[in-house]
Amino acid sequence: MRLQKIGIPILLALALAAPFVVYPVFLMKALCFALFACAFNLLLGYVGLLSFGHAAYFGFAAYISAHAAKVWGLGPELALVLGTLTAMGLGLVFGWLAIRRSGIYFAMITLALSQMVFFFCVQAPFTHGEDGIQAVPRGRLLGLIDLTDNLSMYYFVLVVFILGLLIIRRAVGSPFGQVLKAIRENEPRATSLGYKTDRYKLMAFTLSAALAGTAGAMKALVFQLASLTDVHWHASGEVVLMTLLGGVGTVFGPVVGAFLVVAIQNYLAQMGAWVTIIQGAIFVVCVLTFRRGMVGEVLEFWRRRNAAGPPAPPPGGGH
Amino acid sequence: MFELIGIPPQALFGQMLLGLINGAFYAVLSLGLALIFGLLNVINFTHGAQYMLGAYVAWLLLNFLGINYWLALILAPVVVGAFGILLERLMLRKLYHLDHLYGLLLTFGLALIIEGVFRNLYGISGQSYPVPPVLTGGYNLGFMFLPLYRGWVVFFSLVVCLGTWLVIEKTKLGSYLRAGTENPTLVQAFGINVPRMITLTYGFGVGLAALAGVLAAPIYQVKPTMGADMIIVVFAVVVIGGMGSIMGSVVTGFMLGLLEGLTKVFYPEASNTVIFVVMAVVLLIKPAGLFGKAS
Repeated sequence: MRLQKIGIPILLALALAAPFVVYPVFLMKALCFALFACAFNLLLGYVGLLSFGHAAYFGFAAYISAHAAKVWGLGPELALVLGTLTAMGLGLVFGWLAIRRSGIYFAMITLALSQMVFFFCVQAPFTHGEDGIQAVPRGRLLGLIDLTDNLSMYYFVLVVFILGLLIIRRAVGSPFGQVLKAIRENEPRATSLGYKTDRYKLMAFTLSAALAGTAGAMKALVFQLASLTDVHWHASGEVVLMTLLGGVGTVFGPVVGAFLVVAIQNYLAQMGAWVTIIQGAIFVVCVLTFRRGMVGEVLEFWRRRNAAGPPAPPPGGGH
Repeated sequence: MFELIGIPPQALFGQMLLGLINGAFYAVLSLGLALIFGLLNVINFTHGAQYMLGAYVAWLLLNFLGINYWLALILAPVVVGAFGILLERLMLRKLYHLDHLYGLLLTFGLALIIEGVFRNLYGISGQSYPVPPVLTGGYNLGFMFLPLYRGWVVFFSLVVCLGTWLVIEKTKLGSYLRAGTENPTLVQAFGINVPRMITLTYGFGVGLAALAGVLAAPIYQVKPTMGADMIIVVFAVVVIGGMGSIMGSVVTGFMLGLLEGLTKVFYPEASNTVIFVVMAVVLLIKPAGLFGKAS
């Protein structure tokens, strides 16, 4: 608690000052992926559901908001809302199908469904195939603030990101979140206590998809582009990597992971396939040696130093 | 010649044959996945990369050592299978006591590494592998032209599937395997070396993937992304069939390939997505899969 009281104002000050030190477009990209990873973590970290197809919501929302802003001429806030709602609807349908199975099957089903969205986007005329939707106007926020300026766009992205994070924290901290954790720990027991676990899982899935959609829609506005890259299964893998690297089930883990992975992508962009190899290697190292992720390991170290108790079991044990 | 609903029989049967070939690959790959999952409780995401490896090993053997198709059909699965055994010994083994999802994540990482390495070495464009001389040409069956190699792929895949089924259902070794899937602790108590059995099963499953890769090499281009595109469809096939029975995987694989081929004739826009749509329908009607046991 004390850590939070000091930490959060510092983080906020850093976030406000960051665009004067670091290239704002990099920060905006990292924030979009951070929100994406936090949305994903809501499912994996708190309900224990591994969705391997979150790119579908991220990428499809990007297409919808890009189309809305460019072709229909909607303002950025409306485009963002429309993208989010579309992802929410998609998440509701896919979640409804996928929660019929659990564990590994759940992962395979979500992956297959997202591949279906990918093929749809390859063929649908409005996405312009390999070209994607280019030159998407950022527009004026509420008709007032010109977002073509990178600095104003950055603060808009930051506000949306913080709102997203607050929604996730609220959901996780509420009685609803407690039921989700109960489902993660022992689903049959949660059922026997009278909770309709399927309904809770579906609600969490839909919320996660909607926020992933917000992140994708925002990315489309930032880069003024919606392309097939964002619906490809590689993007689904990347968000898993971010969450795993930062720390599954921690609040700030996915944010840290997203910044690291985006940084790797940016600095190694010229090296082509090496990015894929390095990402694969990080996966292997994370799974084999530190399953708590970076933030998770730090928290565990902190906890052990203060309590001097026995270490908490690492995630995933005892199955 | 006759026509069916405005579609020339050449096109219809040609696509059905292509569908059957794809179905053969789905069957062999999902068979390997099911075997590995049964004993290891791991969904082998590297399966697609190992299929791609099989094709590349065959291509490398031909171009650098001059080793022909028939030898590659034996050598490539052995080489890739041995590589699989190495992966199981060094990495996968450490995850058996954890949640199954970690196995999926590890093999996903490995698949990225393998695909990345081959993209670095050979770029994203494909290499072509010649059809072996004995199997070039084809027969005119009257209603369609049957390229010999394509017929061979369907026939040989069927033999491989049937052979695997016979070994697992009818032999002593197979009975150990089935018992190990049900209750590994008890089987170990009877003095059977279960860890070794697990290792060999993984190697065999991986070898099957590589075999499918060699079979695919002369039909499709040998390229780094060939595995990833395939494995996602195979996952859908596995969800549809359920991993409960060997025969189930095989039948589902062939049927879905055929369905995909037919879709290419009648409604080509949906040919990429039809298997995923079938998966959604099966999930609605019978969530455990057509041949699966409810868990």
